[in-house]
Amino acid sequence: MTRRYNAFSLIKEGLSGQKGWKPAWRSPEPKKQYDVIIVGGGGHGLATAYYLAKNHGITRVAILERGWLGGGNTGRNTVTIRSNYFYPESVALYELSLKLYEKLGRELNYNIMFSQRGVLSLIHSEPEMEMAARLCNAMQINGTDAEILDVEAVQELVPILNFNADARYPIFGATIQKRGGVARHDAVAWGYARAADAMGVDIIQGCEVLDFIKEGGKCVGVETNRGTIRANKVGVAVAGNSTVMAKLGGYELPIHSYTLQACVSEPIKPCLNTVVVSPPIGTYLSQSDKGEMIIGGGLDRVPSYNQKGNPPAAETVISGMLEMFPVLRQLRLMRQWGGTVDVTPDSSPIIGPSGVPGIYLNCGWGTGGFKAIPAGGWLFSHLLAKDEHHEISRPFDLDRFTKGSLIDEAAGSGIAH
Amino acid sequence: MQIYPCPFCGPRDETEFSFGGEAGNDRPEPAEKISAERWAQYLYTQDNPRGNSHEIWVHLTCDEVFVMERDTVTHEVIGTKSLRQEDAK
Repeated sequence: MTRRYNAFSLIKEGLSGQKGWKPAWRSPEPKKQYDVIIVGGGGHGLATAYYLAKNHGITRVAILERGWLGGGNTGRNTVTIRSNYFYPESVALYELSLKLYEKLGRELNYNIMFSQRGVLSLIHSEPEMEMAARLCNAMQINGTDAEILDVEAVQELVPILNFNADARYPIFGATIQKRGGVARHDAVAWGYARAADAMGVDIIQGCEVLDFIKEGGKCVGVETNRGTIRANKVGVAVAGNSTVMAKLGGYELPIHSYTLQACVSEPIKPCLNTVVVSPPIGTYLSQSDKGEMIIGGGLDRVPSYNQKGNPPAAETVISGMLEMFPVLRQLRLMRQWGGTVDVTPDSSPIIGPSGVPGIYLNCGWGTGGFKAIPAGGWLFSHLLAKDEHHEISRPFDLDRFTKGSLIDEAAGSGIAH
Repeated sequence: MQIYPCPFCGPRDETEFSFGGEAGNDRPEPAEKISAERWAQYLYTQDNPRGNSHEIWVHLTCDEVFVMERDTVTHEVIGTKSLRQEDAK
């Protein structure tokens, strides 16, 4: 049986008719009792289970996924990884994630195709240039990489942009985080799933949580469509459905669910070797290894759980993108989709106790959850194992809304979510 | 493109409207006697229902504020009411 992926196993399986490959993870029946239950089999849930086993030696863990593994926002994002945030708390969080991503493929023995091709944020006016300088300074002080590029440097990097003097969105320069980039989103979920499963974690798909079981005010398990499953601690990492779980669990959240759309064009020859972001228009553009242009953007303006998206938001993103990249005007779109994202008032995530003993939260990532998967898992597993915050997750506790210590990245770094 | 019915102007394009928050989230008074927990709840906590939802919307072209009942999964608009009608209920 072949479990590890390397050149030798590829050759061996190639010569023996590819018959030795086994499923990358088991599909076990749920047991009656676990140490920790994680609700949500997306990137954050899977990474949490992996680090619970690896960092804390807790392997009696079940991941309960209503649909299929990585089928929510983990499979619906535009695969961008970056840590270009303004506040020290945010940089510490996303930089932890970026550093874990840099070693993740080797650690999981799974090719996540992390390509550090840089994330370029365009600047369209003189005042934005000033704000970009402020952001770059903050990022450098907080210990991550950031540079400001002038127009000539941007032109060298992305020659297909519209640099004409009469362009609707003139380009004054850009900031770049060179360590940012893209990774294969499914591979991140599958890599964590395989590694967690190998250490004994039960991944249970098609298992919907219907209620929380409480004894003496403490949560001691969940009722599911596959029976009662008990555990001392329940971690909830369900993104857009966080408030649905909150109603079942009896706690409250400052979260609105919105649709975030994305789409891909037909594949074309390589013409873009970095990720281009235009914060004012809210357009993200990168080119996949297959050649498709991956187009993402800002939120739909309507609270929604429908995972499709309305045309006005798509029109804003695509028309803005075509103004900046006139060369792409003849491309046809191949696919369009939407995900339900959990947006907080300060565009920062929530990690911490829920207020109900035994239930813990990892939510509120908004449009930026994919880049944070390793850090979310690392910090959430720390919280679940030790029942106390890691120093990096402390500022992201739910109590920041009562204390007024918000970490407002919408104002700080102009992040749209 | 979706059409929303403004109670004052009739059916209009969705781009003319802006979401203003959940209906029924009344400001707790008197403000100086309200605890930090209750104030944070008023400012930040969301019901965020999956399904039937009562929301405050603004029709930007006529500047009127009204309540819209919609389904957050199907996006079906069930009805709209001016705030005056909502108060009378």
